[in-house]
Amino acid sequence: MPNPVIEARGVSMDYRLEKGWLNAVRDVSLSINPLGIHGLVGESGSGKSTLALALMGYLAPNARLSGGAVWLEGEDLFRKSQAELRALWGSQLSLVPQDSLAALNPAYTIGDQIAEVTRQHFGLSRRAAWQQAVEMLARVRIADPTSVARQYPHQLSGGMQQRVTIAMALSARPRLLVLDEPTTALDVTTEAVILDLFRELIQETQAAALYVSHNLGVIAQICDQVTVLYAGEVMASAPVRELYARPVHPYTIGLLASIPRPTTGVETRLPTIPGVAPALGDRPPGCVFAPRCPAALPHCFTDKPPLEMIAPGHQVRCHRWHEIVNGDVAILTQPEAAAPHVAHQLAAESVLSARGLRKTYGGAGWWRRLTRGSARRVRAVDDVTVRVRPQSTLGLVGESGSGKTTLARCIVGLETADDGQLELLAIPLDRRLARRSRAQLRELQMVFQNPNDTLNPYRTVGQTLERALERLSPQPLPPDQRRQRVLELLEVVRLTPDYADRYPAELSGGEKQRVAVARAFAADPALVVADEPTSALDVSVQAVVLNLLKDLRAQKGASYLFISHDLSAVAYLADWIAVMYLGQIVEEGTAEQVYQRPSHPYTEALISSIPVPDPAQAGGRIRLTGDAPRAADIPTGCRFHTRCPRKLGPVCETDAPPWQEAGGGHRIRCHIPAAELLALQVSAPKSD
Amino acid sequence: MARPLTLLGLVIVSVFLLMAVFGPLIAPYPFDAIIRGAARLPPSPEHLFGTDRLGRDVFSRVLWGAREIIAIPGIATALAVGFGTIIGLATGYLGGWLDEIVSRLMDSLLAIPALLLALALLGAIGSSPVGIIIVIVLLYVPIVARVIRSATLNLRSSGYIEAARLRGEPLMYILFREILPGVLPALAVESALRFSYAIFLTSSLGFLGLGVQPPTPDWGRMVSEGRESYATTPWALWFPAGAIALLVIGVNLLADGLRRILRYEGAA
Repeated sequence: MPNPVIEARGVSMDYRLEKGWLNAVRDVSLSINPLGIHGLVGESGSGKSTLALALMGYLAPNARLSGGAVWLEGEDLFRKSQAELRALWGSQLSLVPQDSLAALNPAYTIGDQIAEVTRQHFGLSRRAAWQQAVEMLARVRIADPTSVARQYPHQLSGGMQQRVTIAMALSARPRLLVLDEPTTALDVTTEAVILDLFRELIQETQAAALYVSHNLGVIAQICDQVTVLYAGEVMASAPVRELYARPVHPYTIGLLASIPRPTTGVETRLPTIPGVAPALGDRPPGCVFAPRCPAALPHCFTDKPPLEMIAPGHQVRCHRWHEIVNGDVAILTQPEAAAPHVAHQLAAESVLSARGLRKTYGGAGWWRRLTRGSARRVRAVDDVTVRVRPQSTLGLVGESGSGKTTLARCIVGLETADDGQLELLAIPLDRRLARRSRAQLRELQMVFQNPNDTLNPYRTVGQTLERALERLSPQPLPPDQRRQRVLELLEVVRLTPDYADRYPAELSGGEKQRVAVARAFAADPALVVADEPTSALDVSVQAVVLNLLKDLRAQKGASYLFISHDLSAVAYLADWIAVMYLGQIVEEGTAEQVYQRPSHPYTEALISSIPVPDPAQAGGRIRLTGDAPRAADIPTGCRFHTRCPRKLGPVCETDAPPWQEAGGGHRIRCHIPAAELLALQVSAPKSD
Repeated sequence: MARPLTLLGLVIVSVFLLMAVFGPLIAPYPFDAIIRGAARLPPSPEHLFGTDRLGRDVFSRVLWGAREIIAIPGIATALAVGFGTIIGLATGYLGGWLDEIVSRLMDSLLAIPALLLALALLGAIGSSPVGIIIVIVLLYVPIVARVIRSATLNLRSSGYIEAARLRGEPLMYILFREILPGVLPALAVESALRFSYAIFLTSSLGFLGLGVQPPTPDWGRMVSEGRESYATTPWALWFPAGAIALLVIGVNLLADGLRRILRYEGAA
C-alpha cells in the first residue's frame, strides 16, 4: 500500500453561532492515495465544502476543528502556523473553485497570474515563470497558449476560464488537488471535456484529488472512491463501481434512484426521498437519516449506527446493512407508474405554435447605438418554428447561449419578438404582452428558474396564490372561495394548508418551487413554460418537482415547454425534443427519436456528454472541441461547422444546411442526408 | 441583540420631536422677549442657556426654533422622498428612453452645487419656508430617485415581478405593490439620511441669512449671530450649534440602526 497523500481521521468541525458552536462535520475519516480521485457527494448543507477546505488545512474565521486531525504526507496540517500553511497553499495543496471568474483577478493577464504562482513558490525569474505559464496553458489543452496568456479573464469563455484555474492549480505541482464543483457552472459539452482533462492531468502529475460535487453523474465519471455525506456525517464510502452498482445505505439507494436518466422514460415516476435534510442545529439523536429512511426501525431513532466496514474499502453507517445486503429489506418500492399520459403525438392541432420567431439584441436603431454604445447585433433567436401539441411536453435543450431561454421568454411575452407569428389554441397571439387578452394570459403561464426570487418575499404563500387566482380566474371568486382554492392548490403541489400563512423565507428551495408551480396552475393554463425549474435544486428535491410536473400534466391536461440544460431531466418529461444551437433549432423529433437515434452531430455530442450516474459508462464517445461561438459572431453556412466532428467540407462553411426529414416528424438540419446520419447511429456501438 | 447606539439615536430624535411640539409651551419666555437688564448673562438656573447680547433667553429661543428646524426639513424630505420614489421606481422598472431622459435630467440637477442652487433660487423668489422646501426638494429628488432606481433595477428581473407581468398586472400594481415593499429598506435608510442633511442645509441657509426670517428664531441664524458676539456671549453660539449637531447625530444613529435592522430582516 502506498502512503496516502492526505489522510483525515475523525475530523469534526464547528461553526460559531451567537450562542455556542454548531457542529457542521462530525467524525469524518478518509484518505487519498497518489493518483486517487476521491469523490465527496452531498446535498447542500451536508458539510462537503467545509470538509474539503479542512483537508487543505483551512478553517474559516468562524470555524474550529473540534476533533480529529488531517495529515498531508504524514504532517499534521492543523499544527502548522499560518505562515507554513500559506507556503503550502498553492504549492502542495491547490484548489479549483466553482466560480472561476471570481477566482481570477480581473486586473492581471492570465499569464501573469499563473506566473505569479511559480515565482512565489519556486522563485523562478519573471521570464522563466512566464514561459512555464504558457506551457501550463498548453497542458490544459488551450489551443493558442501564447496569446491566451496575454489576455484578461473576462475575455475568455467559462470553459476557458476553468482551464486557466486548473492550470494555475497545477502549476506548482500540488500533492493534493481539491476540486470544488469545478464543472457545475459549465455546459455538459464543456464539462465532459474538462472531466477528461482532469483524468489525464492527475495521471500526469501523480497527484491525489478530492472531487466535491452534488452531481452523482459527474462523480461516477471521474472518481474511484466515493464518500457520501449527509448532515455532516459519512453515510457510506465505497469504491465507485460498488457504490453505484450495489448501494447499501438507504440514503445512497434513494439518491441514486431519484436521478432521472436519459433512459428513465415518460412512463415512470422517480422514486423520491420523503422529507427534507435536517438543519445542522437539530439533527436527530440516532441515525441522522432515520426520519427520512423507509427502513427505519425504532432503535434507528435512538442509537447512532457505527460506520462499519462491510467489504474492503466499503463502509456503511446503517443498523440494517446486513438485511439490506441480503435482500431482506427493500428500500425502494417498485417504480411507480406515472399517471397514464396520453400524448397526442401526432395530433395535427397544437396548443402553441410559433413560426419564424426572431429576436435580435443590440444594433437596432440609431438611438440605441447612441445610448448603449454597442452596435453588435446578437441574433438570440433566429427564425425558429416550434409547436407544442396538446397535453404533451416539448423539451428544449441546448448549451447556454443557444437562445432557448430567449425563445421561451418571447413566447410568454416577457420579451417581444421582433418578427414571427404566434398562435395559442389556434388563436393568433400578439408578440407584445400588453396586447394579449386576459384569457390568453390565463392559458400561458411560466415557472422560473431561481426559487429564491420567484416569490415576493413580503407576501405569504396564501397571498401570492390568492392574487394569482384573483387575476386569472375566468369568473371573479368571492374571498372565501378563493381561500378554498388556495388550499386546493397547495394540496395539488403536496403542501399542507399551514403553508398558506408562511413567508417565502420560511420555505426550502424545493417548497418555493412547488408554490411557483401552484401559482402557474392557479387557473388551469393550457401551456406552462418551465425554464430550468429544477436546476437550482438538490437531486432529491429535483425528483419531487419533476414528479409533480409529471402528475400535474396528467391531472390538469396541461402542456409544457420545458427548458433545461439537463438532458436527463428533459428526457424524463418530454414527448418531443427540440435541440437549439446558436439561435436555431437543429434537430427535432419525439423524445425517443432524439435520444435513441440522435442524428444531428451536435445532438449526438450533447447526448454523449451527459454525465450518466454509472461508472461503467464513463467517458462518452464524442467530445466537442472548442467553445460555442458567441452569438454576436455566428459562423457562416452551417452554424455548427466550427465544432462539427462530421463536417463534410466547404459546403458546410458556405451554405446553410437544409432540413432533412428522417420520418415520423423527426427532422435534422444538416448537409448530410438523414438516412446517412441514421446509419451512422445504427453502426455506432451503443453504450446502453 | 441590544443596539445601544440606535436606542440613543431614538431617544435624541424623540426629545427633539417633543421639543418641536411642546417647546413653545414649556419655554420660560417668548422667543422675542427682551429681558431688561439681563443681556449677556452666562448660563444659570434662571437662564439655563444664558442670554444673548440683546437680553433674550437662549433656552427659550432654542425651544421655539425646534419647530422650524424639524418641520421644514421634515416636510421637504417627505416630498423629496415621495417624488424621488415615484421617479426611481418608474425609471428603474420601465427603462428605455424614459429612463434615459429622466436620469440625465436628474444627473444635471445633481451637478449643481447645493448652496449655489439655494442662493440663486432664494435670491430670485425671496426667502420663505416654502422657498427652502422647494430648494431641498429639487436637491434631494435626484438623489432619492437614483437610490430607488438602482434598488428597482435589482428587483426588475426577479421571478415574482415577471410572474406579475404574466398575470397582466397593471403598471401601478407592479410598481407599488410588488416592487415598493422590496425597496422599502433602502428607502427608509435614505429618508433618514436625507432628513439629517436637510437639517444641515436648513441651518446653513439660516446661518447665511436666507432661513426663516426674524424675529422667529432659527438655529442657523442664532449660530451666525452668536458668532458675531462670540467674545462676550459664547453660550449664544454653543447651544444652538450644539442643538443642530445633536439632532443630526441622533438622526444619523437612527438611520444607521434602521439600516442594520432592515438588512437583517431582509436577509432572513
